[in-house]
Amino acid sequence: MDIFAQQLINGLVLGSIYALVALGYTMVYGILGLINFAHGDITMVGALVALTIVQALSAAGIPAPVILVLAGGGAMIVCATLGLSIERVAYRPLRRAPRLAPLITAIGVSILLQYSAALIWGKQYIAMPKLLEPAAINIAGAQLTTLQLAIFLLACTIMAGLLWFIKARRMGRAMRATEQNPDVAGLMGVNTNTVIAFTFILGSAIGAIAGLMIVLYYGIGHYFMGFMLGLKAFTAAVLGGIGNVGGAVLGGLLLGVIESLASGYIGDLTGGVFGSNYRDIFAFLVLVVVLVLRPSGLLGQHSGDRA
Amino acid sequence: MADEVLLSATGIRKHFGGLAALSDVSITVRRGEIFGLIGPNGAGKTTLFNVLTGLTRPDAGTLSFDGIRIDGLKPHAVARHGIARTFQNIRLFGSMTALENVMVGRHLRSTTGVLGAAFRTRHAVAEEQAITKRAGELLEYCGLSARSGNLARDLPYGDQRRLEIARALATEPKLLALDEPAAGMNATETTALTALLERIRADGVTLLLIEHDMKLVMGLSHSVAVLDYGEKIAEGEPESVQRNPRVIEAYLGGGFA
Amino acid sequence: MSINALLTGQRVRWAAWVAIALLLLALPFITEAVLGRSWVRIIAVALLFVMLALGLNIVVGFAGLLDLGYIAFFAVGAYSYALLASPQFAVHWPFLVLLPLGAAIAAVFGILLGAPTLRLRGDYLAIVTLGFGEIIRVFLNNLNRPVNITNGPQGITLIDPLQIGGFSLAQTHTFAGLTFSSVHNYYFVFLICAALSIALSLRLENSRIGRAWVAIRDDELAASAMGINTRNIKLLAFAMGATFGGVAGGLFASFQGFVSPESFQLIDSIMVLCMVVLGGMGNVAGVVLGAVLLTALPEALRYVGPLQQRWLGHVMVDPADLRMLLFGLALVLMMLLRPEGIWPARRRIVSAPTENPHGG
Repeated sequence: MDIFAQQLINGLVLGSIYALVALGYTMVYGILGLINFAHGDITMVGALVALTIVQALSAAGIPAPVILVLAGGGAMIVCATLGLSIERVAYRPLRRAPRLAPLITAIGVSILLQYSAALIWGKQYIAMPKLLEPAAINIAGAQLTTLQLAIFLLACTIMAGLLWFIKARRMGRAMRATEQNPDVAGLMGVNTNTVIAFTFILGSAIGAIAGLMIVLYYGIGHYFMGFMLGLKAFTAAVLGGIGNVGGAVLGGLLLGVIESLASGYIGDLTGGVFGSNYRDIFAFLVLVVVLVLRPSGLLGQHSGDRA
Repeated sequence: MADEVLLSATGIRKHFGGLAALSDVSITVRRGEIFGLIGPNGAGKTTLFNVLTGLTRPDAGTLSFDGIRIDGLKPHAVARHGIARTFQNIRLFGSMTALENVMVGRHLRSTTGVLGAAFRTRHAVAEEQAITKRAGELLEYCGLSARSGNLARDLPYGDQRRLEIARALATEPKLLALDEPAAGMNATETTALTALLERIRADGVTLLLIEHDMKLVMGLSHSVAVLDYGEKIAEGEPESVQRNPRVIEAYLGGGFA
Repeated sequence: MSINALLTGQRVRWAAWVAIALLLLALPFITEAVLGRSWVRIIAVALLFVMLALGLNIVVGFAGLLDLGYIAFFAVGAYSYALLASPQFAVHWPFLVLLPLGAAIAAVFGILLGAPTLRLRGDYLAIVTLGFGEIIRVFLNNLNRPVNITNGPQGITLIDPLQIGGFSLAQTHTFAGLTFSSVHNYYFVFLICAALSIALSLRLENSRIGRAWVAIRDDELAASAMGINTRNIKLLAFAMGATFGGVAGGLFASFQGFVSPESFQLIDSIMVLCMVVLGGMGNVAGVVLGAVLLTALPEALRYVGPLQQRWLGHVMVDPADLRMLLFGLALVLMMLLRPEGIWPARRRIVSAPTENPHGG
């Protein structure tokens, strides 16, 4: 029974990170109808930038919380700039193009980011210097580390903040309006270009934080880490209902839990035929099932697309 | 011209969310006639077309075509039974030539598959020649021979509308459903279109027509049905429908003295 | 006078084709003489990719279905061959049986993987096919426990080469004073297969099915209203594309003698997609060009390594990474500047008989 509690905790923490990355996908998709293939890799850049900052500062005897803030801040700035540039250079010219073109461009950007990162940071796994002493609490027979708790709480705070922002603040309303109907929003005085740029900035910055969390959680960074993370986060967004911010949150948490529980129990369930080495495909299976059975996701509107 | 019923729609209902697009609509189209479907914008005419051609599933009601129940059938099955259509916002295959567009219309009346194409069987070659020839004839029938090799997306507007008709005719329909075929046409083009439609009817195809051009539809149709807010408010011969007070009110609005 | 011109035009065209054919036949020997045997291998592999690209062209170029997991069919074909012609199961079936069998198995997979995607739009379709590609790869990597089917990450080795009777492609033969090494032999087999693939693609393109595919790509709704069973025709595209991939996979397995999941990653799916998109989506000639360019150019980039060594003292950019960087850049630039590809599809003028009394 304690494997359940442990897997649940792990799943929720990982899921909260998925949710943060999923927010980036879902916001861009909601506004542009585009799957930003490169978003996972932007997160990766954030992770590696944060890691580099930590490496540079940890030798200098600066207290850990300060290092973390600086690393997070630095990563956010880099990612926001990156996201903004990509939108401006690669996606904006293709806004009216047939759907295939921006998708292929996004793939190209993704590849560019990955191999630029390989160029800058090399292709080996990079270790994160030890910053925090892991303390653990015991809950229901499972371990909950302070790091896990911190990640989860921070992620939830960000998610809550975003949900509030979208509902309450002017820019948030502008985002929702542009998502519903960009032309009419434009007529109502909303500068859609600004809103779109802002969406990219916001999503990328949040992704940067997620990147920092990942390197803290797993202790390593790698130029290719954005691929799987991105795919899973996208699955989470679809699961919750793409375009729906609350859906991304729900989808992320749910996917994290499903993945954790499945890889924990798959060995027992299949009598050893399938082990946790199949972990990565659970997300894909979820994706396929959702898209085939309920493409609008858990919280999305049912879009009638017949024939 | 027989009085035989070709298409019979009974009690068609369709809701989109809370909006009743069609409420208990019934129409009867007789074989060989030209049937006009009119009504103000948003009355549900295109929705009815979509239901008739299988693009939209009705919430309730039955559809009977040439004695066969066709409600619930997929669009390609409906086409196979003999209903072809054109679209309000022209839907041609833009990257193909005019000739190829019409050739696509022959798809459901031909059978060559992958194997036939791969091995260039006698059947495949003969069928391809027949398809090309028939497509050429239909282009000429619709006055588009000169455009045969032009890409559909490059054609002028009026030609695009006629190409859609040619393509629909290629499916050998018993019923041709036209959604605003004269939209955006000037007087000359409309006259030519009218002649074409009459010729099509004379050659044995029943026509069902959504139109806003009153002169065209009243002059051409044998029967007319009027939709307003998803309900049928009148059906009958053009003259009587024109004089129907409910119809007049629907078009002009109630607040006029 | 016009008849003379016609004859001359035809004669010139015919001569050009003969010249190309002769060049292709002589190519492996010329290449070996000028660039060395490793380059003969490269042009042989290029022919395999021509087949792959043509297969994907059916799915993406003709039918407009963005498949990001296409390499899975290549993998299925390769592993089908490998499992039945190697020590893995100690079974050694002849290739004349295995190639069609691999094609058939791949076609079945094409239908299986295509079926769930039928109602999905462009982006979702892409992601799901990507997922399927990954699922296949993970299974290939892990189906070594509890029963060893695929031998996991180590892959399957000692795969039988192509042989007909006693004539094995893996052995060197001499004929008419020329030395045909194993690579030369395979080159010619691949050349024949590639030529057949091109012919098949062209025939499909200008057929009832080909038009149905393009109709679905241009406007699926209108296509179904015109009587095209879009579900079946889409599945047919997946199956045909997969068949090309399956045959290429079997040939690959016998050529390389060894298969492992590493050869069938997402990046390889994307590579084949690049060949189709950058070459000229939907245009058979463009796709062939794309395949050849994208196989040969990266190999040329390998020389960048030693060049850097000479100029800069050390290798700053790994040529393999440089190749990927340039791919990414090429994709972005192409979409921004020339989305129709290097050699775009231009619909040929098909004139109707009633229009041209002189025929032709």
